[in-house]
Amino acid sequence: MRVTFTVNGKRRSHAGTGMKRLLDVLREDLSLPGTKEGCGEGECGACTVLLDGEAVVSCLIPVAQVSGRRVATVESLGRPDRLNPLQEAFLAEGAAQCGICTPGMLMTASAYLRRGGRADDDAIRRELAGNLCRCTGYQHIVRAVQQATRGGAARRTRARRRV
Amino acid sequence: MKHTSTWPARMPAVSKVVGRNARRREGPEKLCGVAKYVDDYALPGCLFGATLRSTIACGRIRSVTLDPAFPWHEYVVATADDIPGANYVALIENDQPLLAKDRVRHLMEPILLVAHPVRAKAYAALAHVRVAYEEEAPLLDPEQSKTVFKSFHIERGAIERALADADVVVEGEYHLPHQEQAYIETNGAAAWFEKDGTLVALGSLQCPHYVVKALKAAFGLPEEKLRVVQAVTGGGFGGKEEYPNVICAHAGLLARKASRPVKIIYDRHEDMAATTKRHPAVIRFRSGATRDGRLVAQDVEILMDGGAYVTLSPVVLSRGTLHATGPYDCPNVRIRSRVVMTHTPPNGAFRGFGAPQTLFAAEMQMERLALKLGMDPLAIRRKNAVQAGSTLPMGQTLRESVGARQALEACVERSAYTRRARECARWNRSSKRPSWRGIGLALVHHGAGFTGSGELYLGSRAAVTLTRDGELRVLSGSTEFGQGTTTLFSQIVAETLCVPLELVTVETPDTARVPNSGPTVASRTCMMVGRLLREAALELKAAVTAGKARFPATQPTLKTAARRLCGEAEARRFEAVYRKPDWVSWDDKSYTGDAYEAYSYGAMAIELEIDKATFETAIRGVWIAADIGTVIHPLFAEGQVIGGATQGLGYALLESTVYEGGVMKNARFTDYTIPTTLDTPRMDVVFVPSPYSLGPFGAKGVGELPMDFPAPAVAAAVRHAIGRFVDALPITPERIARALAKDAAA
Repeated sequence: MRVTFTVNGKRRSHAGTGMKRLLDVLREDLSLPGTKEGCGEGECGACTVLLDGEAVVSCLIPVAQVSGRRVATVESLGRPDRLNPLQEAFLAEGAAQCGICTPGMLMTASAYLRRGGRADDDAIRRELAGNLCRCTGYQHIVRAVQQATRGGAARRTRARRRV
Repeated sequence: MKHTSTWPARMPAVSKVVGRNARRREGPEKLCGVAKYVDDYALPGCLFGATLRSTIACGRIRSVTLDPAFPWHEYVVATADDIPGANYVALIENDQPLLAKDRVRHLMEPILLVAHPVRAKAYAALAHVRVAYEEEAPLLDPEQSKTVFKSFHIERGAIERALADADVVVEGEYHLPHQEQAYIETNGAAAWFEKDGTLVALGSLQCPHYVVKALKAAFGLPEEKLRVVQAVTGGGFGGKEEYPNVICAHAGLLARKASRPVKIIYDRHEDMAATTKRHPAVIRFRSGATRDGRLVAQDVEILMDGGAYVTLSPVVLSRGTLHATGPYDCPNVRIRSRVVMTHTPPNGAFRGFGAPQTLFAAEMQMERLALKLGMDPLAIRRKNAVQAGSTLPMGQTLRESVGARQALEACVERSAYTRRARECARWNRSSKRPSWRGIGLALVHHGAGFTGSGELYLGSRAAVTLTRDGELRVLSGSTEFGQGTTTLFSQIVAETLCVPLELVTVETPDTARVPNSGPTVASRTCMMVGRLLREAALELKAAVTAGKARFPATQPTLKTAARRLCGEAEARRFEAVYRKPDWVSWDDKSYTGDAYEAYSYGAMAIELEIDKATFETAIRGVWIAADIGTVIHPLFAEGQVIGGATQGLGYALLESTVYEGGVMKNARFTDYTIPTTLDTPRMDVVFVPSPYSLGPFGAKGVGELPMDFPAPAVAAAVRHAIGRFVDALPITPERIARALAKDAAA
């Protein structure tokens, strides 16, 4: 079967089984290895991407399900020499240690910011509850997301997104 | 080169990078998804490897048969017979086969490897291999095991008399479970052979030079034909200390047979079920004190379960043994410890390395003593906490940098411990409350660096080079896996040379390029390897400035100086080698002396609440104070403390490994719960530095310390809340219910 969708603003298509995991299509077929696999069963959130702006775990999404929809991965955010405000906040607050949960964490936080999420500590913790991090104890991540909600970071993240 | 015993009183004027929150050097790449972890490498022609594992815990392998109807010509298969060198995983003892041949000693033990260009097909092939076994009854209870991998006996003073003479004696028996490291990136490696016959391994790993040693034995190749490169590594916590030896060698075996690169990436289930865990332990403890709360006797028996092979068990036991009586003065001590074989997957390194188990027991003994004496848990710790001049059980007299008491007082002050303890007690007086509340304290120490003569045997090296083009480069085998190694090393070298941080780069740990700095473990990277880098940088500085000018602090002036220094050479390299400080003395035979150059100290107070209907625990507040010496990077140090304490809280409250028949049954994130944002409280962290004169700028170690205090603090708070001791981890609602029921029955 053939599935057509957009990834980070570009039209893409997938030929072959529609049951292939979106995660594998991104990593193997589209050369977008920024999305990570942590558990393969939707528990850890490392593979989180945005599907029409909603945070989803790409290890549980068969590619057939994204037909005609918009996918955004960590590669749609800033570049190393031009981080987006959320990434800047992660860097400033020490929110990335080993970095393996970071892409998923950033995508979940991006969805939160897009919805106009506020700097409330508890609300951010509820939002990030599906993303496991074994390094940080989350405190610096929460602080980074709080910082990003201030100073129009959410607005700028939206403006820079091409999807 | 010689050790300077004190650092310049005045910090260098130019750079001022130590003590500041420099940006994580590799941070931008990690944040953009372009940092390359091992599975992110697209290797041309690469095959994917999968591992056939034992389905019994103990027995003989009668035969291994490949299903003749299966298209094996598409596959590469490797067995023990394909190992060109010796069939063992070289580590402390060489008892663990790389691939089992005649006998298996634990479930999930590797027997055969297959590789295929399509990952799923590699795994699918495993169902077409039949292994016939002669099964034997496995030994699963460490108490019954007669196979002792290692034992220690430390004795000081006259223990039996001291126990007889003590005003009070308390006894406890503590049960500590397996714990899974649960790094979010599973174990994985790739390997290939270069045209010149060099075997290259690229992996998610902590200790590239350990892998070289393992490959050398398995492939019979000289070191110059072996190259191990660390890919960006998604967490380790000890779980990637020794296990990568196995995976890198397996990938190498398949690569050798296939003449193509081979990648092996474990899935989560395989990683959890097959790889190492924290050692379970049973600790029996008798402690005696005088009426006024002075510790006079500590008698400890430690039993650890090593699993089927020795791996790192002797050194885990050593650290556990040496920390077994906590950071307290006590004149009469006996510690008897052993680690034994069972038919379970080998246990290994996990942050804390034996100390979290024994320190839990030691701290619970302090709680029991306080209770029996009618003393406040804070008062008994104040009375006995070590200070400069105190002597530890192995005979080490603490010379300097002893911040135990400062950590305790800072923690008590910031948590308002005394007021909260009163408030909890008042809350619990009313039976109408829906919950019980309690506050607990713990005080711990953690030695930095290898134990005893370990650092001397390692003989670690680290170097700083200046290239003709004016590039300053750090060369070390110490790896970054989140702790901040790369940033920290840049800071130490930049500060020493008084140059901006940006002028210093850190070489990727690649054994073809970097010297062996020893393994990245044991809270040793900052203090031990950081010290070597400072020494190397000082030599470089002396060579550049030649006793006159200031060290060039800008790119152009550095370039000019580099040309002058290098002459015709591409670069000048300045290497420092570990030298034992004169005062350090250790005797391996009697196991006495200076076990660690310096210790870090930490105190935690935790307030929690237990629901009277469900027995669920909710944390109300966490306060931590730590002496890790000079804090090189406050933000990263805080990140280490909060992250480590979160793992400790998981150990204390959540993380249940279920073993059945000798293997972890709940080997997936769905069933093995690690703390999420909602399980993790906000933590208040403060540093109370007692600088160590031989640490770089006074720094000690931080990585493992925060793993040590959460479990005893939680158990103490639970005791305070419900008035019962829970002496086994994790403290689940079921355990709390049982503790209360047992009491009601009695």
